[in-house]
Amino acid sequence: MDLILSHINYWVAIALMMIGFYALIARGNLIKTIIGLNIFQASVFLLYITFGKVSGGTAPILQKNTELYSNPLPHVLILTAIVVGVATTSLGLALVVKIYESYGTIEEDEIAKLDAQEEN
Amino acid sequence: MDINFLIILTIIIPLAGVPLILLSRNSPNLREFITILTASILFLTNLLLTINTLGLSESKTFVIVNFFPGGSIQLTPEPLGLIFGLIASGLWIVTSIYSIGYMRGKNEKNQTRFYCFFALAIAATMGVAYAGNLITLFIFYEALSLSTYPLVTHHQSESAKQGGRTYLGVLLTTSVVFFLFGIIWIWSITGTTEFVSGGILENEINPYLTGILILLFIFGIGKAGVMPFHRWLPAAMVAPTPVSALLHAVAVVKAGVFSVLKITVYTFGVENLSSNGASEFAMYLAAITIVAASIIALKQNNIKKMLAYSTVSQLSYIVLAAMIVSSNSIIGSTLHIASHAFGKITLFFCAGAIYVASGKTEISQLKGIGKAMPLTMAAFLIGSLSIIGLPPTGGFISKWYILLGAIQQEEFIILLVLIISTLLSVAYLLPVIYLSFFLTPDSKIDHGEAPTAILIALGISVTLTILLFLYPTPIFQIAKFIGN
Amino acid sequence: MLSQLPALQVVIPLIAAPLCVILRNKEISCLVSQAVSIVSFLISLILLQQVLNQNVISYALGGWLAPIGIEYRLDILNTFILVIVSGISSIVTIYSKKSIEHEIDSEKIYLFYTGYLLMFSGLLGMSITGDAFNVFVFIEISSLSSYAMIAMGKDRRAVSASFTYLVMGTVGATFFLIGVGLMYAMTGTLNMADLAERLPKVYETKAILVSFAFISIGILLKLALFPLHLWLPNAYTYAPSVVSAFLSATATKVAIYLLIRFGYTVFGSDFVFIKYPTAEILASLAIVAIIVCSLVAIFQTNIKRLLAFSSLAQVGYIILGISLNNLNGLTAAIVHIFNHAISKGALFLAMGCIALVIGSVKIKDMEGLGKKMPFTAFAIVIGGLSLIGVPLTAGFISKWYIILGALDKGWWVLAILLLLTSLLALVYVWRIIEAMYFRSSENVYKINEAPISMLIPMYVLVIMTIYFGIETSFSAGLASEAAKFLIGT
Repeated sequence: MDLILSHINYWVAIALMMIGFYALIARGNLIKTIIGLNIFQASVFLLYITFGKVSGGTAPILQKNTELYSNPLPHVLILTAIVVGVATTSLGLALVVKIYESYGTIEEDEIAKLDAQEEN
Repeated sequence: MDINFLIILTIIIPLAGVPLILLSRNSPNLREFITILTASILFLTNLLLTINTLGLSESKTFVIVNFFPGGSIQLTPEPLGLIFGLIASGLWIVTSIYSIGYMRGKNEKNQTRFYCFFALAIAATMGVAYAGNLITLFIFYEALSLSTYPLVTHHQSESAKQGGRTYLGVLLTTSVVFFLFGIIWIWSITGTTEFVSGGILENEINPYLTGILILLFIFGIGKAGVMPFHRWLPAAMVAPTPVSALLHAVAVVKAGVFSVLKITVYTFGVENLSSNGASEFAMYLAAITIVAASIIALKQNNIKKMLAYSTVSQLSYIVLAAMIVSSNSIIGSTLHIASHAFGKITLFFCAGAIYVASGKTEISQLKGIGKAMPLTMAAFLIGSLSIIGLPPTGGFISKWYILLGAIQQEEFIILLVLIISTLLSVAYLLPVIYLSFFLTPDSKIDHGEAPTAILIALGISVTLTILLFLYPTPIFQIAKFIGN
Repeated sequence: MLSQLPALQVVIPLIAAPLCVILRNKEISCLVSQAVSIVSFLISLILLQQVLNQNVISYALGGWLAPIGIEYRLDILNTFILVIVSGISSIVTIYSKKSIEHEIDSEKIYLFYTGYLLMFSGLLGMSITGDAFNVFVFIEISSLSSYAMIAMGKDRRAVSASFTYLVMGTVGATFFLIGVGLMYAMTGTLNMADLAERLPKVYETKAILVSFAFISIGILLKLALFPLHLWLPNAYTYAPSVVSAFLSATATKVAIYLLIRFGYTVFGSDFVFIKYPTAEILASLAIVAIIVCSLVAIFQTNIKRLLAFSSLAQVGYIILGISLNNLNGLTAAIVHIFNHAISKGALFLAMGCIALVIGSVKIKDMEGLGKKMPFTAFAIVIGGLSLIGVPLTAGFISKWYIILGALDKGWWVLAILLLLTSLLALVYVWRIIEAMYFRSSENVYKINEAPISMLIPMYVLVIMTIYFGIETSFSAGLASEAAKFLIGT
């Protein structure tokens, strides 16, 4: 129990990761795939932020009377990763729109079927 | 002239012939004149090279390019290569003369392409002959396979394509999987692939692994036709007869056995092999091929197929002689390259002459043909005698030395094999003579001799076969230099 | 000026990309891409010269010294990669004009070049940077732009292929990110050189093993090692020809570079190959990749798809070389990165010519092409021979080294297997050659050879394929220097 509570962030991150990954690989709707991708990435962001926490430290803003800060570097890194994530999501959504325009569906299995028809 | 210059010329001359042949494609006479001229110049160059080289005390190497440290394309004139170079370029002249008669007589299409790839194949053969290390040998060996492919599939029919696939498939597969592997193996042991008198493997590797290495080369050099990798040879019979002559007497198969011989002498080393007995297994393999191929030849009704299996069997004589590794057998196998080249080319020329004159391809159709084509069938007799190994032909001399080598090494089973195979070759060759001279034809024969060009070529090859018996000294002289 | 070259290498294409958007002109954006590629190529050559003189160049980005700031760190290996990427890019951009005009809507061309430049700078950045997190950023820059460019293909399947690639690529990059995070948590640094120093102290921890696993799977997804290759065949098949050529010649290669870098420099070969059976795992995956993908390639009717599967098989050879963990094996891997880039590049460019002239890359439409498009057909023959590994082509050199490497390691069976697999390549290449030269076409309409502006760049690669099969002091020489540097002998 103690192990779970003291590492709650990690457990949540892992749970999120699994949820996201499942949503991503389970065949289905392309939008859902993108949502899964986002959850998956969010779990990693959480993981990074947790690394940065120094127990007892405050937010890394320079102020008087404070000796102990949390590590700001993971935050900075994750800021970059979030930007990348947003870009990925928007590109993914744009592709979904284009797929819908040309296939008339965003269900993965139907697209596969249409592709197979074209192949023959 | 400088030797380096001469040796590079042997490859450049046939290559230079290609564009000239292409340019003169609209005038068959000019085209064939150029072919024969190129062939003659090449032969003279080889002769000059031979004369210049034999006077030298040490061998000269000409490096063309360096791939990577230690790996290079380089040419070295040495006695074995010189003999092969002389034979190949000399027979190119004869085959060219013959081709004129054959290709015109049969009204073949794409004759220009035929002459071009023929010249390319000769260039590759020269490269094989003078290769200074294993890598160079391998490269020209592959070039020879590729450049003869369009010749084999000359008719572009379905059966030609089928034959071509077997031809290229077997040759490339064996060479890439076994030959190349053997080369890289040797490189990784010794760090060199150079051909050196006495070999490079002495004390480098134990006898068992040497045995495996030899097998890699015997199988890898599919052109030598040791069973079970002989299938390509009968398959390539779909080609026009001059190509068969090229394949079976001049370039391809000889490049194969020549490579085996060269690797035996200059990579493994005669002393090394005869002391550790690593070549024993390969020797028996060649012996089995000799007998098995002769038996198959006995059953053939198609003349070219029969000659093809006879070739498989005769090639293994050379491999066998190389694997006996005694000084006499090495000389014998060198001589056999020459005598088989002359004898077999005569036989193929005859098969082609019969085909051109009468359209017949099967042995059973030949009854009484000797009356209509006495010259051709007389030539066939001489060729047969040489293959069997009877005087007055070159085949007698070479077999004699192989027998001497077998006795020298006390290989009595091999002696027995040689005797059996001689009897078998009598059994598959002489019935043809009997049929053609002593039986009456089933139907009336209404054709005469083959075109004159074919007869001239036949005449030359028969003369060479007999000359080799009467006056073997020059080749013998060169052969004695091998390994020194 | 000279000291700023490492930054310029990445920054020039990065700045040129928005420039193309601002100018909104297809002609100018094409010229800009060509100029930028050539300048980058020259810069990479100068850098190579410098690296050969002083072994390692360290460049502190923005003046912030490592390990706090981001360091660009050049050694022989990644400078060689830079030369390959920018060299191929120069050739591809010069080639691209006619092909792109044919395959992409004219009002989108400037966007294509924008994406192209971004991808180019991303690939350069991945190669040059010495900071693990920075690698992630550049991976994403190049990946995002490549998704967009693949989706520009004419066929609608290009879009779905791009989507698949986006999902798998993002998963790969995120795996990589997790791995980097774990490394950072254990060592407190992101600088590769620093990591290499500090990691041995925590070799025993599970976190580092997990980190290594995440990073390698992430990279393997990017370089498309079987069975993580599912995104690649469709992406290469339906992308515009220029993109297929550039991606196959460079994108997977840079990912392979990352595998070498993380395997040999960051984690160190002791950890990767001695402590854990990575070599065996990678080698078996590679063998399966070579055999399966070559076999699949044999049965393809679309030649671009065939070449895509052949690329997967060739990636297998490179990974195999890496897994051998000896000098010859690593040399083989690095030299094959180069050799495969030029020969496969030439082949894909030839496909672009064929797509332009006859509008199809199906094998049945290529019958009789040997007479109709002699130059393009000959280029395919040479490229194909190099894939097989025929002597006097670049592919032979790679084959030679990798078999030596396998023998050095004592893996005899593997060496024979490798030679056998090159016969599979023979079969699929021969199918193309037979179609082009030994079958005559039923179509009687006349077609012309591809335009000269496409033939020349293609022939640069073809000639290189032959040249580097004969004179290898540049390719194999540098590769073995780089391998020596990595193995530390």
